[in-house]
Amino acid sequence: MLAALLADSSGQALAHASAWAVFAVGAAMILTGALGVVLLRNPVHCALMLVITLFGIALEFIDQSADFLAAVQIIVYAGAVVILFLFVIMFLGVDRKEAISAEPTRFQRPLAVLLGVVALVEILALSRIDHWSAGTPSQSGALSGPGSNVQKLGQAIYTGYLLPFEMTAALLVIAVVAAVVLSRRHQPSASEMSELDQEELLSARRFTPPDQGDQS
Amino acid sequence: MGSDPLFANGLNLAVWLILLGKVLVIFLIVLLSVLFMVMYERKAVAYLGVRYGPNRAGPKGWLQSLADGTKLLFKEAFTPRNADKAVYKAAPYLMLVPIMVAFSIVPIGGRITIAHHTTELQLADPQWGILFLLMTSGLAVYGVILAGWASGSKYPLLGSVRASAQMVSYEAVLGLTTATVVLVTGSLSTSTIVAAQSGHWSFVHWNLIHTAVIPFILFSIAITAEMTRAPFDLVEAEEELSGGYNLEYSSIDFAWFYLAEYAALVTNSAIIVTLWFGGPNGPTIDGHSVGPLWFTVKVLVVLYIFVWIRATLPRFRYDQLMDLGWKRLIPASLIMLMVVAGFQATSTSGGNGAGHWLAQREWGLAAVGGAFVLGALLWRAIDVGRQASEVEEARESRLSLERES
Repeated sequence: MLAALLADSSGQALAHASAWAVFAVGAAMILTGALGVVLLRNPVHCALMLVITLFGIALEFIDQSADFLAAVQIIVYAGAVVILFLFVIMFLGVDRKEAISAEPTRFQRPLAVLLGVVALVEILALSRIDHWSAGTPSQSGALSGPGSNVQKLGQAIYTGYLLPFEMTAALLVIAVVAAVVLSRRHQPSASEMSELDQEELLSARRFTPPDQGDQS
Repeated sequence: MGSDPLFANGLNLAVWLILLGKVLVIFLIVLLSVLFMVMYERKAVAYLGVRYGPNRAGPKGWLQSLADGTKLLFKEAFTPRNADKAVYKAAPYLMLVPIMVAFSIVPIGGRITIAHHTTELQLADPQWGILFLLMTSGLAVYGVILAGWASGSKYPLLGSVRASAQMVSYEAVLGLTTATVVLVTGSLSTSTIVAAQSGHWSFVHWNLIHTAVIPFILFSIAITAEMTRAPFDLVEAEEELSGGYNLEYSSIDFAWFYLAEYAALVTNSAIIVTLWFGGPNGPTIDGHSVGPLWFTVKVLVVLYIFVWIRATLPRFRYDQLMDLGWKRLIPASLIMLMVVAGFQATSTSGGNGAGHWLAQREWGLAAVGGAFVLGALLWRAIDVGRQASEVEEARESRLSLERES
């Protein structure tokens, strides 16, 4: 077996096997992570399971020669978005097991099952009808010709798709600014306050030691 | 995988075995360099503080870190009752793995031939190498934040929340300054970045010069904060948090954190050398190219600077840290990105090697940038000196007043 593999200088079999292994591992990671997000009780564990799913997706992206997408998937989603999730979960102290026996909304569960089944049927039907999800890796032949994946993507974004790209960027900035404006309450500075208000603020801030005389 | 001749004939078992060997060698390099680094830092800090430093274990105390490591191994591995067991156990590894993996894209220099297979002295050379680097630095946050949370007590949690905010904030600066390197090189691959910095009079072609010094300074500050190293080590501020995120850890688990911290230091120094100082490029000795030697020398110098900074600067306050990141470093790195992009766009010489190096406009930009950095340092030194003399004057006048009365 070993000798056969060593003698196989073209390495077709091994290359094929490793490509298949990459896909299998990626798929297993995606499914395990997704199930974990839904089934685990602790929000922090769920967030970690989400990271596993994201890694699986990145692996499949690499398998499809979409290197840039894979890297961005990890940098943005695993490196920033889920970190923010964790940050909020820990900060708000909701990191305990939730009682999910009580339904927040009526008909939530049957509706969820129904929608899940509909989505699954849609995906399966589409994959039978067209090649977009189960066909060739890319219909336009992404990695033919010179230049790396990143180069091609950059050229496409900054030439043919410049307007959509810039509009997306503007949208994101608008969203960030809007979030800041909406969430930040205006706090009057000291010069804008009347003297009485300033006094009140100061006395509220002043530390008053707890009365310890009654305890004994 | 880019230019590595190892994969020219496709994959077979021999290639797999060589790859496995390279993985092991990289792993050992990082581990041994950590053992060395712990002592290097303690010796250097002792030297800077005019002390002896550790000098008992082994010749001149150089086996101290080995002794410390062995001692840690034999301590009791304690798990707090409140801890989230699985995450608590996994956190040290989550911190160690991204850092170890990051070293795989660092080109150490030259090629080596094993059993008729020639290969680069670099584990992996993906065409998106820099993105891989940003990826690993983004993932290193998980170890810290989960260790703090899983310990099930307040101080580690506070430390880890600080850490996550700090690391996520400084990642933006890291990305923006790395983008200037990508701009002047035109590639994301680390081996191409190193190749673009080679040439006669090597240091003239370093990205340090090509990007006008300032992005390098910003990058170094950001990566120091990213590693949560002094003066940005608020994550483990012992005065406020009695130790920070790794407070509840003991024995081998604590050793992993310690290892990860120093592995990060070594790896990031190697990355700084790769991005800004030409990696293994350097003069040949007797006609042989000695890439690994130059690489090691440069890394040692960068490591020493990190130690020097730690021994010199006091810790930042948390709001100062955030102000520095968001209000100074991010705007500065954005401006530098625009400046370098403008120079690249209008440059007619077309990058490296065209014409005499003094005639290139990058050189002028580098001179301006370097002068700016030096000027800022000088201004700061004068400012500090003036404050010190003011304090001295105030003390003397108070003394003389006391004497009169």
